[in-house]
Amino acid sequence: MGKVAVIQYPGSNCDLDALEILRDVVKAKTDLVWHKDLAHEDYDAYVLPGGFSYGDYLRAGAIAATSPSLRIVKEAAEGGKPVLGICNGFQILVEAGLLPGAVLRNSSLRFVCTWTRLRVETTRTPFTKRANAGQVLEIPIAHNEGRYYLDKEQIPELERNQQIVFRYVNEKKEATEAGNPNGSIDNIAGVCNQKGNVMGLMPHPERASIPVLSLDNQTDGRVIFDSMMRTLHGPEA
Amino acid sequence: MTTVQVQKPNLTDEEIRYAIKKLGREPNEVEWAMLEAQWSEHCSYKSSKPLLRLLPSKGPRVIVGPGSDAGVIDVGNGWVVTLHIESHNHPSAIDPCGGAATGVGGVVRDILSLGTRPIALLDPLRFGALGSSHSRWLFDNVIRGIGSYGNCIGVPTVGGEVEFDTSFERNCLVDVVCLGLGLRDKLVPGGSIRPGYLVYVIGGSTGGDGIQGASFASRTLTERSDSERSAVQVPDPFTKKLIIEAVLEAVDAGIVQGMKDLGGGGLACGLSEMASKAGMGMEINLDNVRIREPGMRPAEIMISESQERMIVIVKSKNEEKLTRILDKWELGYSRIGHLTNDGILRIMHQNHLAAEAPAKFVAEAPLSPRSGRKPPYIDELSDAPEPQIPEDLNATLLALLGSPNICSRAWIYRQYDFEVGLRTIIRPGQADSAVIRLPNSRTLAITTDGNSKQVYLDPYWGTVGILSEAFSNLVATGAEPIAVVDHLQYGNPGNPEVFWTFKEAIRAIRDYLKATRVPCVGGKVSFYNEDTQTRTAIKPSPVIAAVGLRNARAPKIGSALAKEEDDLLIVGTTLPELGGSEYYESVQGLVGGRVPKVNLRTERQLLRTVTKVIESGVVEAAHDISKGGLAVSLAEMAIQGQKGFTVNLDKVPTKTTNIAQLLFSESKPRFVLESRPKNTPRIMRRLRAARIRTAKIGRVQGGKIQLESHEDPIITIPLSVAVDAWSKTLSKTMDAAVSST
Repeated sequence: MGKVAVIQYPGSNCDLDALEILRDVVKAKTDLVWHKDLAHEDYDAYVLPGGFSYGDYLRAGAIAATSPSLRIVKEAAEGGKPVLGICNGFQILVEAGLLPGAVLRNSSLRFVCTWTRLRVETTRTPFTKRANAGQVLEIPIAHNEGRYYLDKEQIPELERNQQIVFRYVNEKKEATEAGNPNGSIDNIAGVCNQKGNVMGLMPHPERASIPVLSLDNQTDGRVIFDSMMRTLHGPEA
Repeated sequence: MTTVQVQKPNLTDEEIRYAIKKLGREPNEVEWAMLEAQWSEHCSYKSSKPLLRLLPSKGPRVIVGPGSDAGVIDVGNGWVVTLHIESHNHPSAIDPCGGAATGVGGVVRDILSLGTRPIALLDPLRFGALGSSHSRWLFDNVIRGIGSYGNCIGVPTVGGEVEFDTSFERNCLVDVVCLGLGLRDKLVPGGSIRPGYLVYVIGGSTGGDGIQGASFASRTLTERSDSERSAVQVPDPFTKKLIIEAVLEAVDAGIVQGMKDLGGGGLACGLSEMASKAGMGMEINLDNVRIREPGMRPAEIMISESQERMIVIVKSKNEEKLTRILDKWELGYSRIGHLTNDGILRIMHQNHLAAEAPAKFVAEAPLSPRSGRKPPYIDELSDAPEPQIPEDLNATLLALLGSPNICSRAWIYRQYDFEVGLRTIIRPGQADSAVIRLPNSRTLAITTDGNSKQVYLDPYWGTVGILSEAFSNLVATGAEPIAVVDHLQYGNPGNPEVFWTFKEAIRAIRDYLKATRVPCVGGKVSFYNEDTQTRTAIKPSPVIAAVGLRNARAPKIGSALAKEEDDLLIVGTTLPELGGSEYYESVQGLVGGRVPKVNLRTERQLLRTVTKVIESGVVEAAHDISKGGLAVSLAEMAIQGQKGFTVNLDKVPTKTTNIAQLLFSESKPRFVLESRPKNTPRIMRRLRAARIRTAKIGRVQGGKIQLESHEDPIITIPLSVAVDAWSKTLSKTMDAAVSST
């Protein structure tokens, strides 16, 4: 039975939210694990939740990226285990070098909390395999530093490697400036590593996984957690 | 670093005489500093206490009422919610970002003190006119401050309100409401403290910030106030987040005997209030207080308001359990003393007795009797003649929709994380109240309201109107109001005209809550909101936060129009009540007239009936009629739903034929309901059976806002034009003009 760890850093604040969705909604065996208590090989998948680890001091995710837990996450990633970073978790994975690029301050220079549309760009990851390519998911964002960035020349390579997982789009499924809430380069909302087993995204799928909490009673965010369950348990999950 | 001048305490001559007489000697420097802090208006409520006792505070759901750090309300199945309101007006006037942030931090600690988890914040705000660059600077940075703090600690900001009025130009009002959630049997009781128990200070260290903050907040702002920055505390939301988790872990382990936040007045207030409430004394060693600046004097340590600190009381056998939890969260802590049974607060510093006084004497300031006198302006302004109706009512409605007091609040709430915690069912901008999921399958509506323009013209009916609007906001989401907290904000209470308006607000709250049988479980008073530069006080500004319970089957409806061909109903009577209305003030430039009155005999029945109708699932959308009147309420519903409507004004139950009064009067309580045509007769029957005036006034249709009378079009506006007018005011003003902060 695959077991998931939600890693809790000082300042994580979406840890309990991720735990609730994993445990109570998609019924994954999940533990909330204090970052210093994370031990080798205990888990089959890792989730780094959103929040303000270490108060976002220095740079968002920069201090948590030096936590000893990241060594274990790195080894797990190299061993092919699924690793998911949501919002601050994404920032930590980028700072730790597990994902390419950087996450900068929003172009508005303001915190932005709003619902966005995400287009699924690849279904090859353990977190999107139950989605359809080109499918649009309605999932909210809430961040101050969410502007994904990397050198323009690197984008074709990312594209070739199928490392761009989500793009912000408008209601016509187009990746336009109007559909881009934070100024991310090429409207990129989520990326994965070359192998595809480590993924990070700025939007919060856990906030779009229970009907009553969503805008139109949908559960678009669930597909990410459901995909992870399929990866851990095979098609019967 | 600030040196405290305590040679001449900031106390009245009578207070000084009383202190010397009670103590039997002249208090020393440390004792004066403690008394000055604790006996400040801010901490002692010495002007307001006798009046606040008049408010109804009992009810079957009330577990803890006023006088505690927060009110505690039973919401069923073993769960409680806690509710409190605070302000940080003076600090925000000097340092808007830091002042607003530490305001959030303060109210969160109040909620935490009861052992409950903070789960929602709301921010009622008041600023000078948006056209003033100083007001825009304050507004922009207050929003940043609230966002930066609330977002970081993971407590969603689900609502609030903002009012612009020139009377707040120098004294902005920055209020914050916090809602907490906990299990009844895990509540941290104040009453289980015994002699010998240990006193810990956990969290941040103690420094020179916030020195004399409480007495700063109990004075009038002057032109020198900018130099009082050291009276403003420094926020650290990251540490607060660790405190929240560590404290709740300790509460869960059952080892916390008592807890208090260190806010206004610092250790002086926290320690004396705790000891006094328990009927005990304390022996405290200041050498054990972790300080972050060398050479702090005992008086400074006692009254520093450094943020992110809590007092925690544990039994000695649980000491290790507490420190293990604090170590895990990497929080600072130190044991500073213990409880004693002699009722004396003893403060040691470097082996000397720095202060020694009965805790009860320190904690209970002598009351300041105040007198009130009706200000003459009230009668002068009430008889304003009805101004001429504007020729272009389309332009009038568009001006109202774009008015800073009415326009879209998206620019504000987009900067707040309103969803963290997975509880927000109805979010900002969707309905009249936010709605939050509770763990017991019920849901809770929460709202906050103020209306300084109407309170200024009529302190009694203006305040009643605020309560009626707050309750209407709850009712529009199908909730039954169960409790309120109030925040009463005024100028100098020594001014009889100011104090009279304060007394009127108390009378209004008492009468309204008695009529609706809802308790007030706590509150806050903030005086001295005036400055010597303009020599004016703010308009009197009571603010109410109200919570309502929704049962499990209550539908999730908002105020957006839902479906073409649905009927539009109005509930309530429209009267010529334009005093303090947005139409008078912003369109006509008229400050005067008669404000809305509420029928207190029928209020409870009306609200209950509308709740029942909405709860039963036959209403598709609901919106109360408040600022801007019927025309604005309908337009807001249309804008939010992206659907037009046609309404016949001749159908509106009213006693006036004046078209401006029909369109823009702010009579309350009134609602607009949207219903499927097949359900309309049933809804109207139920309302009429309860003797509530109601009428079908139109239907959802087309892409225009259309109001007619005698088959003549009165207002016709394409929806897209209305959307434009309503949605852009704040973002256009703020993102253009205040990019450099």
